[in-house]
Amino acid sequence: MTFEILQSLFLATVRGSLPLILVAFAGLISERSGVIQIALEGFMLIGALAAAIVTFQSHSPTLGILSAMLASAAFAGIYAFFVLNLKADQIVSGTGINILSFGMAPFITKLVFDSTGSTPSIDIDFKLHNSTYLITLSVAAVLVYFFHFTRLGLILQFSGEKPEVLKSHGFSILKVRWISLLICGALAGIGGSFLSTAMASNYSPQMTAGRGFIALAALIFGRWKPIPTILSCLLFSFADALQMTLQGNQSFIPVAFIQILPYLITIVALAGFFGHSRAPKSLGQK
Amino acid sequence: MKSLAGLLFGILICILLANFAGESAINFIRTIGLSAFGSKYDLGLTLFYTTAFIFTGLSVCWSFHAGLFNIGAEGQLTIACITAAYIGTMMPGLGSGTSMLFIFIIPLLLAAVWGGIAGWLKVKKGSHEVIITMMLNFIAAAIANWITLEKIKNPDSQNPESRPISDAFYFSNDFIQNYFTDSPVNFSILIAVVLCFLLYYILNYTTYGFKLKATGKNAKTAQWSGILTQRIQLQALTFSGLLAGFVAWNEIVGSIHKFRLGFSADYGFVGIAVALLSRNNPILILPSAFLFGVLQKGASDLDIETEFITRDFARIMEAIIILSVIGFSMIKFNKKKSLPKSSEIKNDL
Repeated sequence: MTFEILQSLFLATVRGSLPLILVAFAGLISERSGVIQIALEGFMLIGALAAAIVTFQSHSPTLGILSAMLASAAFAGIYAFFVLNLKADQIVSGTGINILSFGMAPFITKLVFDSTGSTPSIDIDFKLHNSTYLITLSVAAVLVYFFHFTRLGLILQFSGEKPEVLKSHGFSILKVRWISLLICGALAGIGGSFLSTAMASNYSPQMTAGRGFIALAALIFGRWKPIPTILSCLLFSFADALQMTLQGNQSFIPVAFIQILPYLITIVALAGFFGHSRAPKSLGQK
Repeated sequence: MKSLAGLLFGILICILLANFAGESAINFIRTIGLSAFGSKYDLGLTLFYTTAFIFTGLSVCWSFHAGLFNIGAEGQLTIACITAAYIGTMMPGLGSGTSMLFIFIIPLLLAAVWGGIAGWLKVKKGSHEVIITMMLNFIAAAIANWITLEKIKNPDSQNPESRPISDAFYFSNDFIQNYFTDSPVNFSILIAVVLCFLLYYILNYTTYGFKLKATGKNAKTAQWSGILTQRIQLQALTFSGLLAGFVAWNEIVGSIHKFRLGFSADYGFVGIAVALLSRNNPILILPSAFLFGVLQKGASDLDIETEFITRDFARIMEAIIILSVIGFSMIKFNKKKSLPKSSEIKNDL
């Protein structure tokens, strides 16, 4: 009995960490290039919606993921235009993008399916199964390699730490950050698509439930470094899995207090009770 | 001026989007206009939303001045409302004088604490207030759900809502509500208007306002000149929480008298748009909140009147207005052609 619970807890932790890891990496790329990224939640929601709609219509999960990447990257493009070209405040613009996607999602479902709620269920054959593990693993591996061992990774890090050095070497900071933001959007889109085509079989309103923000917290808790970020995603996902396991088994703790567990852990983790982290030096500077 | 241009541009985009969804511009504007001002009842509802938006707008604006971004108004007002509902339903026997004190003051204090938690974590632990307040929003919502459904659930209603509060707690002789018969607008709107002027005065004519703005403009310089910036930041977020808590007066004490799950028409988030459009000027928050009140009320009727536009369209309009206002405020008109200063070169990166 106990073993079964532990096993399901472990599996739920790993399964739940997949979208988190992708979205946290999305945030990592953006923040390491020097752009604050609080719009992850919105990108994720749009990704989830696009994947659900396209997979439902085309019966192809691959097309679903691709369209999620495109849709979220398009939103990231809007964000990039505001913060990079217009040099608008990054947090306010990010909030604007989030609200835009929260409003756009029901607008689009209404136009496409004439319902403001969920999209129709995808047939089980067209859902993503084990490929989510494969995708996450390969994306994570590529990005860890990219960050630590490639010239491009170094360029990205310089863009967040000392952009003037990069500029003096003839690179365009604008270009580096634009590309980073587009990749960020695409990755967050994949993360979102996992929610609607792998963990559930349709898009339902507000299905991201703060995961974008938790991913951002995981990234900060992971001190803006790839491998610690993966670990902290696992931690947050564990809190979520624990919450679901406890909720399933009748317990004496009220459900509400179990529900707030992931958010509480996020706050405690961010408060630096486990040591301080250092943000990229030029983060948020225009 | 730029804000105004941004606003007009934003509204234009909204109309184009509505056009895309198959609604003619005239019909779109007419529906919103009729919905917002069509009758005394409609206007009352618009003003009811406006009141809530003034409170949350002030909340966001106040911490903006201290250089902090409070996206936690939603959670803070939820805490205040659930507290008011709890007091109103669980302690009906209080004498009228004390009961008023209880239901007015305690929700505000708890909302202030809710904002203060974020402030404390920001100041002492260096956590980013945006994420902390966001997380606190989720926690507040979970707590409010639990209290509403487990402790004070209304057994006579199909909707997830609390029992109505005892009528000893209502505003007595609420002439505003009497004027707008049956409409939820209430005495709180006067309080909201007074608060706007009061905060404008504090910001611009007192030492404290100066300290607050100095902290927001440049915390380091402020600290060097002897301002206790950390204390100011903590106070700012606490006070922001308190301001958001006033929504409980509007919602629970003034009009609806019970806590309905999901009652908030994104008050906290609209507050961001309201503050932004007013450029953080407390007096300009009045027209700005009214505009969003109109849009909010209008969107709820667009839901009924049109085929493809739902009440969520209010969110799209908010977002577009936020983005176009900041977009326009960043565009430099009539660029002067001169050599950039060295500091500008760095900013240009």
